[in-house]
Amino acid sequence: MTELKKIDENRWMIPQTGNMRVPGIIYSNARLIREMGSDESPKQVANVAHLPGIVKYSLAMPDMHWGYGFPIGGVAAFGLDDGVISPGGVGYDINCGCRLVTTNLINEEIKDHLKDLIVALYHNIPTGVGSKSDLKLSANEEKKVLTEGAKWAVERGYGMHEDIDATEDGGRIKGADPEMVSARAIERGREQLGTLGSGNHFLEIEVVEEVFDKDAAAAFGLHEDQICVLIHSGSRGLGYQVCDDYLARMVKHLGEIEIPLPDRQLACAYISTPRGKEYLAAMACAANYAWANRQMMLHWTRETFEHALKKGPRDLGMRLLYDVCHNIAKIETFVVDGKEVKLCVHRKGATRAFPPGHPALPPQYSKTGQPVLIPGDMGTGSYVLAGTEKAFAETFGSTCHGAGRVMSRTQAKKASRGRAIERELAAKGIIVMATGRGTLNEEIPEAYKDLDQIVDVVHKAGISKKVARLRALGCIKG
Amino acid sequence: MHRYKQFDHTADIGVEALGKTPKELFANAAFAVFDILTDLKHINPAVEKKIAVDGDGWEDLLINYLREILYLYNGEGLLLKEFLIDKIDERHLEGRVSGEPFDPARHRINTEIKAVTYHQAEVKEEHGMWQGRVIFDV
Repeated sequence: MTELKKIDENRWMIPQTGNMRVPGIIYSNARLIREMGSDESPKQVANVAHLPGIVKYSLAMPDMHWGYGFPIGGVAAFGLDDGVISPGGVGYDINCGCRLVTTNLINEEIKDHLKDLIVALYHNIPTGVGSKSDLKLSANEEKKVLTEGAKWAVERGYGMHEDIDATEDGGRIKGADPEMVSARAIERGREQLGTLGSGNHFLEIEVVEEVFDKDAAAAFGLHEDQICVLIHSGSRGLGYQVCDDYLARMVKHLGEIEIPLPDRQLACAYISTPRGKEYLAAMACAANYAWANRQMMLHWTRETFEHALKKGPRDLGMRLLYDVCHNIAKIETFVVDGKEVKLCVHRKGATRAFPPGHPALPPQYSKTGQPVLIPGDMGTGSYVLAGTEKAFAETFGSTCHGAGRVMSRTQAKKASRGRAIERELAAKGIIVMATGRGTLNEEIPEAYKDLDQIVDVVHKAGISKKVARLRALGCIKG
Repeated sequence: MHRYKQFDHTADIGVEALGKTPKELFANAAFAVFDILTDLKHINPAVEKKIAVDGDGWEDLLINYLREILYLYNGEGLLLKEFLIDKIDERHLEGRVSGEPFDPARHRINTEIKAVTYHQAEVKEEHGMWQGRVIFDV
């Protein structure tokens, strides 16, 4: 077992031992640590600390659980000259993330239309395993998606220019080079743009249940009883293929990293080498694809609401509050030992949480800090948080990303055997439509950690602050 | 003899495949992928594909073989049923697989396998039995 030393109520340290270059710090509380049981993720936090060029500490967020190589919920920053980039530290679903749309509607106004809305969303947005879009991109057009991201979608009529301003990085990471993306990845991307996918991805209608910070909520355009839509999806097969291709390539050249890696899935390349740069250019393509993907689904969500409720865009006021990614590596500037340095920050199941006044934020959020969107599991709802100075100082501007699994899929299936999950959720007033029969059972609420606990940790630790909590009303899933 | 055993990880699925020879082990591991993915009795082995992969050792070869097999589903939409290894050594493999294109009207996907990971992958020979362990991202 990896040794954990309590720093305070919400932080635990893994002391630097053996070949670790830095200590590990886990943001968590006693209950979550206890509930983690035999999960090996602390060991994975320690493994990440072995990698060349890692700065300050190997971090993990309270929703941490076992991943391959890096833990899910892991954050690690590397120097650009002496550090590495690891495809496994970004994850397979590159730029998996979510966006929250606010509306002018209150719960009362849609109550009687909820079922119709969910059915219509389910029909208008392709979901499920290998779901295909009506749109089949030519390879050339797809390459434009890869370099332009959300902007590609908006310029083709899927949404508004304001949407781009309310997207992390403006919905486009610079340096994307489609030539670095394999023919296989391009092929997998052709028919999946504008599809939700399967697994833990979903699109949910939610209502703002509680506001914790009135000023921040007002700046975010949130108020109690308001209807919102949360879209959680990523870069689909294209992102997976990019990760897979580059992992294999880096595994082949493991010898270039002088130290023996505790796990092949940690395969990495120095950021300064061609292989490192090529991965970053390919990763940017996948990230941009994901932003175009979520942008298109936002557009169809708006259309669906207009048709189903017979209201115009002005009445509905469906505004993108923000879009965040939680599987990504970014080159960002931080202050380390009093000096400004550019670092490559890996966030694998962690969300950026930049503080008030940060230049990356759109002007409307410069006083509040970055909106941070934390999706729960199916039917739980979600949180909206705001980024803080403390996150910038302690966690490379990062916080948690969601609930985090506690049960394996098989355990969840066992636990749900003989139960009608759809009906259980309906009894709680939540309408769910899913493509796969298995998905609902694998994604039962008790398969996940308690979202309130997780958010409580990041709030108390000060690496983001609670703004509002949303409750799920209806959900479509793969 | 079981062709494979499934084991559990928090977010994923692992497989321990068995075989009397490396050929059998590799074929059984590939069988496991599609046995988990779908109901094999509804698949007709109508289309045959040739496969050749390299690796720098048994584990790497197994992972590369399974990645290749999985791409035939994820990239080309084929559901596979039969797996044959013609030639194999520690660094190279040649084989054939057969199946048919996924048809939502006749086929059901039970568990989508999205990727083959390197995490804790292992191939070993014990008491004349070959064992391979791989974890899938699902």
